[in-house]
Amino acid sequence: MNRSLRPLVATALIFAIAYALAVMQFPSMFSTRVLGNFLTDNAFLGIAAVGMTFVILSGGIDLSVGAVIGFTGVLVAVLISWAGVHPLLAFAIAIVVAGAFGAIMGLAIHYLQVPAFIVTLAGMFLARGGASVITRDSVPINHEFYAWISDLTIRLPGGGRLSIIGLTMVAIFIIGALVAHRTKFGSYVYALGGNPVSASLMGVPVARTTVAIYALSSVLAALSGIVFSLYTSAGYPLAAVGVELDAISAVVIGGTLLTGGYGFVLGTFIGVMLLGLVQTYIIFDGTLSSWWTKIVIGILLFLFIVLQRLIFVASAPGEKTSKA
Amino acid sequence: MIRRSLLKLANPQLLALIGVLLINWLLFPNFFRVTWQDGRFFGSLIDVLNRGAPVAILAVGMVGVIATKGVDLSVGAVMAVAGAVAATMVVAGYPAPIAVVAALVVGLLCGLWNGILVAILDIQPIIATLVLMVAGRGIAQLITEGFIVTFTDPVLIYIGTGSFLGFPMAAVIALVLMIIVTLIVRRTAIGLFIEAVGVNRAAASLAGIRSRMLLLLVYSLSGLCAAIAGIIVAGDIRGADANNAGLWLELDAILAVVIGGTSLLGGRFSVPLAFVGALIIQAMNTGILVSGFPPEFNLIVKAGLIFIVLVIQSPLASRLAPPRIKPVAKAAAK
Repeated sequence: MNRSLRPLVATALIFAIAYALAVMQFPSMFSTRVLGNFLTDNAFLGIAAVGMTFVILSGGIDLSVGAVIGFTGVLVAVLISWAGVHPLLAFAIAIVVAGAFGAIMGLAIHYLQVPAFIVTLAGMFLARGGASVITRDSVPINHEFYAWISDLTIRLPGGGRLSIIGLTMVAIFIIGALVAHRTKFGSYVYALGGNPVSASLMGVPVARTTVAIYALSSVLAALSGIVFSLYTSAGYPLAAVGVELDAISAVVIGGTLLTGGYGFVLGTFIGVMLLGLVQTYIIFDGTLSSWWTKIVIGILLFLFIVLQRLIFVASAPGEKTSKA
Repeated sequence: MIRRSLLKLANPQLLALIGVLLINWLLFPNFFRVTWQDGRFFGSLIDVLNRGAPVAILAVGMVGVIATKGVDLSVGAVMAVAGAVAATMVVAGYPAPIAVVAALVVGLLCGLWNGILVAILDIQPIIATLVLMVAGRGIAQLITEGFIVTFTDPVLIYIGTGSFLGFPMAAVIALVLMIIVTLIVRRTAIGLFIEAVGVNRAAASLAGIRSRMLLLLVYSLSGLCAAIAGIIVAGDIRGADANNAGLWLELDAILAVVIGGTSLLGGRFSVPLAFVGALIIQAMNTGILVSGFPPEFNLIVKAGLIFIVLVIQSPLASRLAPPRIKPVAKAAAK
């Protein structure tokens, strides 16, 4: 077996064991109903996490994701409910706006040569502030298109339902994996994350790739915001606060190295599912308070970071992964 | 020599603070009016000092961390934990000084935990401190058992809302802390060591600096500062709110440090200017509030401020830092 697949296998194994343990305690968790809801409930997080995977693979970080989700939700809701725009057109506008927003962040990161973390922090303030300036209240969306999409589900044997937003997430993950592992852009992202200097010496268009990565992350965040508005049928400026942290956690738990250049989009999928499992388990248990979610996610994060270090120290003796 | 270079650096930040205060004065003519009432000063200016104190304290701790090319995302969560510890112990009947010391020790331990992850396990600072940022609020809620623990202990309330020589206690604590930390880093070689580690950790270690020890020290200091801020915030609202105490203040603290001219790439820092940076942020907050704009504008103004600071810093940063990716940028520009 390829030893670089080890973190991915470890994550998958931990998910399988955790799920098996949960099913042993609550046999009803092993049903298509729970699995279908699993996909639906985590769809917006999963879509945002795909974008975050690309950003982290390139050695960066995007803190603006949650704010862009909130902003998109408000923009779409306002366009549909106040301006009477058709939802599909509103979606297109939101995605274009978010793409431009991400591209500007990418330009700033590349040309001002500042850490991605501080630029996307400014982006987070801007998007969250912009959403709050448009409206301070939750804007409900009552459109027949929304009702139609909500009814659009595939029934599974056993009473489960695959919703269109759950399927969207799965599709985004598959496309994301193909882009990361099978296209030129994907190899550029890995090269950039491995070492930006040697990447540029090898002829990787660093500027264009950086801009594309952050534009992609914002576009996926916008898509996630659209999915979130379908999920809640409303737009709220304070929606999805802190989702960027969940997305980063999912990426790290999925085995992607935070220094960049190493990881799998599929791993992020398992990471998202593991986070979803923790939440579902706590709901099933009923006696555990919701704050245990945070503690368990923190512990998982810690375990996986240490695991990554151990694997990389073992596989590359003498070579320090310190990025200058 | 050191003093002269400090003064030279101080100009833009101090000018910015004066500028923000003047804009506030134009928007709100009574801004500079300070009155004496019930044995303490009152007024918008005092309010800036008082409300800015928690972020200023966080910024004092954050400076050292950022100067070593790190970042501490967990300070907001540590504030919540420290506040929860202090409040719960006081409610359980422990005397206030013991509760305060316990909260400070817990903060120190949180910082030490971050330091161990960064210095000994060699984990990237952003992610090492993310663990505690995510888990910290859960731990705080575990301590308070999910409630907002309210207390009536006079000592804790004095720390949060009392006054010393007419000035708010929180501001006095922040100022004293800033002076002590400044003296420690600038009157000993520690500041120089921190800068050396920030510029190049491997080289600093080879030159004989015990960089692990130093990293443990700066992260512990950051945790301690967060605990102090947490106690102040808890005392201010007379209760420990595990969900909201210090929420997103880590971002304000980082912003304050960046405004203060500390390089995010490590190796250049100033504790007093980070303090001034925190006051600039608070002056803007207060200005937006007193002039009647909706508080949401605050976020947009902050985003604009970060952008301006980044643009100002960028040519300087690329001149000081070795041109690593710069040739590519030029090639792409052509």
